[in-house]
Amino acid sequence: MNDWTMIEAINHALANQMRANENIVIFGEDVGVNGGVFRATDGLQTEFGERRVFDTPLAESAIIGMSIGMASQGLIAIAEIQFMGFIYSAIDQILSHAARLRNRTRGRLTCPIVIRAPFGGGIHAPEHHSESTEAMFAHIPGLRVVIPSSPARAYGLLIAAIQDPDPVIFLEPKRIYRDGKQAIDDNGQALPLDSCFVLREGVDITLVSWGAMMKETLEAAKQLAQKGIDAEVIDLATIKPLDIDSIIASVNKTGRCIIVHEAARTCGVGAEIAAQLAEKSITSLLAPIQRVTGYDTVMPMFKNEHFYMPSTQRIIYSAIKTMEYR
Amino acid sequence: MNTQQNLNIEFSQYLDINGTLLKPLPATLDNEELLIALYRLLVLTRLFDETAVNLQRTGIIGTYAQSKGQEAIGTAIGRAMLADDVFIPYYRDIATQIQRGVSFEEILQYWGGDERGSNFADQPNDFSLCVPIATQLCHAIGVAFALKFQSKRNVAVVTCGDGATSKGDFYESLNMAAAMHLPALFIINNNQWAISVPLHQQTASKTIAHKAIGAGIPAIQVDGNDVLAMLINISKALEQIRQSGKPFLIEAITYRICDHTTADDASRYMDADVLQEAIKKEPLIRHKRFLSTQHFWTEEKDKALYHDCQQQIDEAVDRYQNFPPQAAGDFFDYMYEQLPADLLEQKQGFIQGLKHHE
Ligand SMILES: Cc1ncc(C[n+]2csc(CCOP(=O)(O)OP(=O)(O)O)c2C)c(N)n1
Ligand SMILES: [Mg+2]
Repeated sequence: MNDWTMIEAINHALANQMRANENIVIFGEDVGVNGGVFRATDGLQTEFGERRVFDTPLAESAIIGMSIGMASQGLIAIAEIQFMGFIYSAIDQILSHAARLRNRTRGRLTCPIVIRAPFGGGIHAPEHHSESTEAMFAHIPGLRVVIPSSPARAYGLLIAAIQDPDPVIFLEPKRIYRDGKQAIDDNGQALPLDSCFVLREGVDITLVSWGAMMKETLEAAKQLAQKGIDAEVIDLATIKPLDIDSIIASVNKTGRCIIVHEAARTCGVGAEIAAQLAEKSITSLLAPIQRVTGYDTVMPMFKNEHFYMPSTQRIIYSAIKTMEYR
Repeated sequence: MNTQQNLNIEFSQYLDINGTLLKPLPATLDNEELLIALYRLLVLTRLFDETAVNLQRTGIIGTYAQSKGQEAIGTAIGRAMLADDVFIPYYRDIATQIQRGVSFEEILQYWGGDERGSNFADQPNDFSLCVPIATQLCHAIGVAFALKFQSKRNVAVVTCGDGATSKGDFYESLNMAAAMHLPALFIINNNQWAISVPLHQQTASKTIAHKAIGAGIPAIQVDGNDVLAMLINISKALEQIRQSGKPFLIEAITYRICDHTTADDASRYMDADVLQEAIKKEPLIRHKRFLSTQHFWTEEKDKALYHDCQQQIDEAVDRYQNFPPQAAGDFFDYMYEQLPADLLEQKQGFIQGLKHHE
């Protein structure tokens, strides 16, 4: 067993899979000698050589387009986009090709790539370094979107992403990169890519979140328990495909649901969950579904980012309102 | 078939690293006051940079990108541009910005995570600095188009780093500027690094200036640590663009003698000996030596200048620290000219929540 932070777990998951499969290559900006600006790829170039771990020129569209080409010829490309805020010039490649290659060629060419990108706010970073736009990717048919919320889940989900035969957008909540360690066995064990994790069982209300917001959500559940409200907490983890069955099972039990996400509210992943609950489980609801989210604004620069990010207080407030609903 | 045009790129330098003048200066630069003013800007930028790094270390601002070693580029750009030209900067252009009406406290606000730092009180038209690499180059050709459309004889001046010249936006902008005859000046800060990636891994092109030739844009390499060469060449390029209405590119050769930003540790990838060599070539030492050999300068004057500049900066830091914070709900108010109903509702909920939770 190893005691790893999330960033260490990611580093070791990459190394584990690199050892297991020599067709895997890792590349991006500053991933080589520098080991990535967050050190996710630290030491990998030393262990696996410049042939398999290399810095590219500064060109996101080419990085992703190149991944697609590599994947079509039997390689497994793991591309790092330095920050989610810099992925947008590669959207054409992701949307028009990575997500469609299998379908376009009726399975003749496939696209086993993993696009890793740190995302989210709360680390006092400069402009464009703090957004959460997972819903944009979840909206694109043909992609998987995965977001871990703990070192162990980062390890297992990243391994699953690498082993998956289709393109995976693997978004890393950088606020919790170094937020605590977990005992992890470096056994190469993958976690499922299509199911939620129930992190706390409860009977009164279901709290669904993902990524770094799990922290505030779990804390809210703890404080709600002191007020006699027994919350069930679900880490969505796989944003797409979305494991609605687990959420429905929970809501069938609790009758109440709050979705918490850092991303802007309108057309966020919360809207999709709420819609599916309304479609499939509306009769089990005892109160309207609530969303506690970022606002439909530009993510404020860091002096005011705390105003934007959902707080434990906001989650608790919303939960109490929901419990009081008659 | 036409024979290829000359594919050699001229390299321009006036001062060598010892501050010796390699060729006579044009008459416009034979001016003690101007030569000292340039030095003052170099020093001011250097000291501001050092102050900003200290402010970052003590948590008063956030991540900061230094211009250390690259001050001559911005100093020359600011000096050469006309007030109603338009500047489209990236994040190592403080030396230019402070000459165009941007205040030190605004720069500190930006890096301190406060949007008001991009709302320049005394600079109406320039862009604020650009973080998504190379995207600003496309804005510059739009600015150039507008200037031309409005029959102004002004130029859109845009900067970017060597790493930025790998982006599609760079090639697309150059191509469009040339194809559409747009009055844009592209100035590349070639500091040899894009974070940890050295230039030779960034491109196999012999020079960055060669990339312009492919687009049909005349280009030159200039010693970017020689503020005189930079000023002379930028002024000449601006004049040429005003005359011809066509773009030009200047590749300024310099070296990043600092971390990429305060979040970076260059010792992980930058060879210490190479860095020491680069430090010997930095622009301040050279220009000071030149001033001394011209008998314009003494150690005493130098001390007084440093003291004076630091005082100017300290006063700005004071003003920055005493600035009242933005109202909590301000981040809603600039999304649209009029706050739409749904966003207004969110804002009201936010304000309500503030009362509730704090
Ligand atoms: C599109 C995009 N990709 C990645 C980044 C992260 N990043 C910030 S600066 C930088 C290197 C830029 O190098 P260069 O263009 O040479 O400018 P320099 O910082 O050296 O002045 C990178 C990769 C970014 N800001 N934008
Ligand atoms: Mg550079």
